Amino acid sequence: MSFFKKLKEKFTGNTETEEVSDKYKEGLSKTRGSFSSKINDLVAKYRKVDEDFFEDLEEILISADVGVSTVMDLIDELKMEVKRQNIKDSAKVKEVISEKLVDIYYGDEDSSVEELQLNDGELSIVLFVGVNGVGKTTTIGKLAHKLKSEGKNVVLAAGDTFRAGAIEQLEVWGERVGVEVVKHSAGSDPAAVIYDGVQAAKSRNADVLLCDTAGRLQNKVNLMNELSKVKRVIEREVPGAPHEVLLVLDATTGQNAMSQAKTFSESTDVSGIVLTKLDGTAKGGIVLAIRNELQIPVKFVGLGEKVTDLQAFDASAFVYGLFADLIEENKE
Amino acid sequence: MAFEGLADRLQNTIQKIKGKGKVTEQDVKEMTREVRLALLEADVNFKVVKDFIKKVKERAVGQEVMESLTPGQQVIKVVKEELTALMGGEQSKIAVADRPPTVIMMVGLQGAGKTTTTGKLANLLRKKYNRKPLLVAADVYRPAAINQLQTLGKQLDMPVFSLGTEANPVDIANQAIEKAKEEHLDYVIIDTAGRLHVDTDLMDELKQIRSDVNPNEIFLVVDAMTGQDAVNVAESFNEQLDISGVVLTKLDGDTRGGAALSIKAVTQKPIKFAGMGEKLDEIEAFHPERMASRILGMGDVLSLIEKAQENVDEKKAKELEEKMRSASFTFDDFLEQMSQVRNMGPLEDLIGMLPGANKMKGLKNVQFDEKQISHVEAIIQSMTKHERQDPSVMNAGRKKRIAKGSGRTVSEVNRLLKQFEEMKKMMKQMTNMQKGKKGKKGKGFNFPFM
Ligand SMILES: Nc1nc2c(ncn2[C@@H]2O[C@H](COP(=O)(O)OP(=O)(O)OP(=O)(O)O)[C@@H](O)[C@H]2O)c(=O)[nH]1
Ligand SMILES: [Mg+2]
Repeated sequence: MSFFKKLKEKFTGNTETEEVSDKYKEGLSKTRGSFSSKINDLVAKYRKVDEDFFEDLEEILISADVGVSTVMDLIDELKMEVKRQNIKDSAKVKEVISEKLVDIYYGDEDSSVEELQLNDGELSIVLFVGVNGVGKTTTIGKLAHKLKSEGKNVVLAAGDTFRAGAIEQLEVWGERVGVEVVKHSAGSDPAAVIYDGVQAAKSRNADVLLCDTAGRLQNKVNLMNELSKVKRVIEREVPGAPHEVLLVLDATTGQNAMSQAKTFSESTDVSGIVLTKLDGTAKGGIVLAIRNELQIPVKFVGLGEKVTDLQAFDASAFVYGLFADLIEENKE
Repeated sequence: MAFEGLADRLQNTIQKIKGKGKVTEQDVKEMTREVRLALLEADVNFKVVKDFIKKVKERAVGQEVMESLTPGQQVIKVVKEELTALMGGEQSKIAVADRPPTVIMMVGLQGAGKTTTTGKLANLLRKKYNRKPLLVAADVYRPAAINQLQTLGKQLDMPVFSLGTEANPVDIANQAIEKAKEEHLDYVIIDTAGRLHVDTDLMDELKQIRSDVNPNEIFLVVDAMTGQDAVNVAESFNEQLDISGVVLTKLDGDTRGGAALSIKAVTQKPIKFAGMGEKLDEIEAFHPERMASRILGMGDVLSLIEKAQENVDEKKAKELEEKMRSASFTFDDFLEQMSQVRNMGPLEDLIGMLPGANKMKGLKNVQFDEKQISHVEAIIQSMTKHERQDPSVMNAGRKKRIAKGSGRTVSEVNRLLKQFEEMKKMMKQMTNMQKGKKGKKGKGFNFPFM
């Protein structure tokens, strides 16, 4: 069965996934709208699959921040595939494109949805890292809400002691969601706050501790070392922790996101990505390249500033969202 | 890393077309393909890149190659000139209202750095222009945004106007201006909430503020790491608000910052300031020329080319190249080269200008502290002719003598000797690469002034 058929089946076969795809289609409507309408325009314009077609396709993908080298590779592969299968009809090419994009995302790995790896019945710790202003604190608020509504006992640790108002910001989220926030005063040692957060979470028998950290640019060596130290405190206090280190990436960010993923991984061994601000017009295509090169999966996407604007990431759904119109067109 | 500077990318192409008298269409085609990739990797919007390449092609084809430049360098020159023209000149003035207070509105996406920039501008206004700013907390949406501005106000010891989170941002702005008038504060900086350019309700709110307070400046704050979407954001904010300028933030990071070019191209508005860190004095006037080089990722190859033309005697450079290649480079040559190079500007800058130099570990360890240069000169001048030609004769006694003669310590002499050896080794490596023994990725290395 072709990948494409599998995908179709996945989204039309049972109601549960249909719901997911609906949410995606809604949340990513802008993304999908502009992306796939472009693909549509493209396909309508070109009856034949020729150089012009590929040139335009290249532009569409580049404009989604997929990254020029990934796009080049993709186009090369597509060209080869088109040649191999002797495809002349551009509608068929759409199928191959979508397949390749999901391919790039997953590579050889199992294409199941990547979930948050939390311990059942024991304290799990999630460390949030990322550059300034990407949405770490907001994501913590949203995730706390999600976990709490799943019946989990959640504690937050205000590890950003540097940015003005950061502690208060997390406190507001704590109030909103109704979870406890462990904090020290501004300017104090972040490792000490996290240490206290771990102790508090333990003594309250919490299920999950979410640790905020100050935003930092990845080329600041001292600040990256500080982050490693925070992680070591967690490792020391709870064996097996942190259970997740989530790198928050802003979908608006271009190719620098790759450098962020690399450097933060080096210092904190990132286990997953949260891609925020997908409610805007940016596409966040760089996550394809990051997954491909560094094997870091996206676990959540941020689709707004409300407490409910966090969705689990599903690559098929992501790509489906981008190509939904095309796939539906293809149904007989 | 995926980020190869243009200069690195161009090495191969340059090698291929070296030594021709005229830039041919084929040369330009090959070069511009690399330029295109470099710009796209730097996050310049693909449409902007397209227009840009077209312009470069038109200008570069058929040009006479300047005497001391290769056709490749000639094309780089055109690229750089076009890029600099596109970026415009330096413009870091802040408007002054005929009747105070002058009103500045800060707008932009979420997380761009508006609040921090508000604090920085206020600080700059006071320090450089002796002004008294009022900071206005008009972000009533993001949790603790007001608190953040108030904290900055405290740090700066400056007044912050707030009506809490229940008030309407339009009212806040209006009342803040009244307040500034009463208190004889001459600048009002309104920190608005981050918002998406496609959020009609929130964009309408900004339009309302704009028409009520009639700001003298509207600064769009943009994260330097922004990708292709920068054009949509900038275009949309500009269309809806007619911004007066741009502040590019987080330029202390390692991003190429192609967004700068995209924004300038679609809005035609000046980028006035650059945010260079989290502290409140870390803001600078934006330098379009530097940015152009940064985007191209080529250090400042062109200015080096230009300076080299003025300062380096062609023949001497040839001799030097030969010496490097055969590793018969001596302390005399070093001294000679140093004085030539010194005429071109600070050494560190020069090293930064060499394509590929930042990737060479050895080069990083070599001390190029401007202050130490004169020490180095003193040490070399204290060596005998023999020692300069053949440092291998060096022993403890000689070192002591040299140290004494130059007024430096023996360990400094040792350090220099070690660095010299390192440098020699590296030069050999580099010239080998240049000769065609390709590195892993097949990239050559070339001193641009040769
Ligand atoms: N539209 C949109 N805005 C978001 C999203 N996630 C976060 N934001 C906004 O982005 C801005 C920055 O978010 P924060 O959570 O403060 O980011 P941070 O990474 O904690 O920032 P620092 O602690 O300053 O480094 C805020 O205005 C958030 O409301 C999202 O998914 N969509
Ligand atoms: Mg934060």
